Amino acid sequence: MNMSAFQAVVIGASAGGTTALQKILAMLPGNFPLPVIVAQHVHPHQESAARIYKDIGLLKIKDGDEKEAIQPGFVYFAPPNYHLLIENDHTLSLSIDPKVHYARPSVDVLFESAADAYRAALIGIILGGANQDGAMGLLRVGQYGGLTIVQYPGEAEVCFMPRAAIETANPQYVLPVKKIISLLIEITTQHLDEAAHAR
Amino acid sequence: MNPEEIEKIELDLFLDALNWRYGYDFRNYARASVRRRARQILAKSGMKHLSDLIPKLLHDEQFAVHAINEFSITVTEMFRDPTFFKTVRQTIAPYLKTYPFIKIWVAGCATGEEVYSLAVLLQEEGLYDRVKIYATDFNTDALKKAVDGIYALKDIQLYTGNYQKAGGRQAFSDYFLAEYNSAIIDQALKSNIFFANHNLVTDGAFHEVQAIFCRNVFIYFDRSLQNRVAKVFAESLTHGGFLCLGSKESIEFSPVFDQFKVIDAGQRIYQKKV
Repeated sequence: MNMSAFQAVVIGASAGGTTALQKILAMLPGNFPLPVIVAQHVHPHQESAARIYKDIGLLKIKDGDEKEAIQPGFVYFAPPNYHLLIENDHTLSLSIDPKVHYARPSVDVLFESAADAYRAALIGIILGGANQDGAMGLLRVGQYGGLTIVQYPGEAEVCFMPRAAIETANPQYVLPVKKIISLLIEITTQHLDEAAHAR
Repeated sequence: MNPEEIEKIELDLFLDALNWRYGYDFRNYARASVRRRARQILAKSGMKHLSDLIPKLLHDEQFAVHAINEFSITVTEMFRDPTFFKTVRQTIAPYLKTYPFIKIWVAGCATGEEVYSLAVLLQEEGLYDRVKIYATDFNTDALKKAVDGIYALKDIQLYTGNYQKAGGRQAFSDYFLAEYNSAIIDQALKSNIFFANHNLVTDGAFHEVQAIFCRNVFIYFDRSLQNRVAKVFAESLTHGGFLCLGSKESIEFSPVFDQFKVIDAGQRIYQKKV
């Protein structure tokens, strides 16, 4: 696997993935070189997830805006009651298209558009949740050659979402959250090392 | 060339066909949503490639209408973003009260939830009798639903909560008739609403309106189309008229922005300078 080519990480979760998501955001280093884009199911009128996770960790956390250019150092959340999509020029879009698997934002919508935009340069991660949303999206990430990771269902607070993703997308890794974090760091450090070496 | 690059060509051709044959132009829509919709149309059709649908699109008008409507299904709520409606009540309604006759344009009204929310608000502010609301969309299916004003009863609980948070003064149930699983909008609320087919991509300005509501439409457009529509809005508003966009939208990028002042940055309410 060519580890040096990754350009973005997408994460999908529902309310049942909150703890896992908190851990990941808290543990990623401030110089983590890939932008992170998150779709988490929240109540349409809930305060934005970006605000809830605001002070966790070293990366800058915000709601994604339409036409916003995606940059490393940031974690972009889908705003409540909007789908978040990624355009091929690596900017963000929003939509109020119908819900997918009863969800808006939908993980499938984010992941499918991200797979189109980043192809093999994408890492897709499914965390805990109570819904099959995300399974088709992760399948697409894998089909385009991206790296697919699912949280180990035995560890997830709510395991329906990871189980569905494992069944549908046959991911390359099924790991507990701690291992997901170390894998992300390992991959991207290697990425930095290779970049340094290339110079 | 990989399959996705071929798909991109197919989508371009499909959109060209739709435009040249029927005059509906989605080429300047944000592409990720359009692509998702096109894939859904393809999946339902049972065909293998998007290009297989182009002959059907050119020769089968019924299919074309279906495709056009599929490209623009959006789903909203009554009093979506209650704080926005509260702000409209507090900042725009007092201004509108200074006019003997009021024209309001709801651009991209889809299935009408927003129009009726506005009608309720204007009713409670004592403005409804002197207002004409022009509610437009190009999606004929959506417009029909908007005209009918019949919504799922199961959604009314959410709408009632929104209405109360938006500063509603009555029982929300006063505004509709509950029947089986449906909530039917009160006829009295419809009397001053005029539904019409209008396409922001190709059609021109309305004249001398005091307020434009166009919420969660810009997010579907690319920059050039956003600029076009912002210009149409600037031309349509009277001096001192208000432009209200969705909570994630703005006109600050647009060349016409200098004709406006920001009334409420958070709620995306702008006023055309006098």
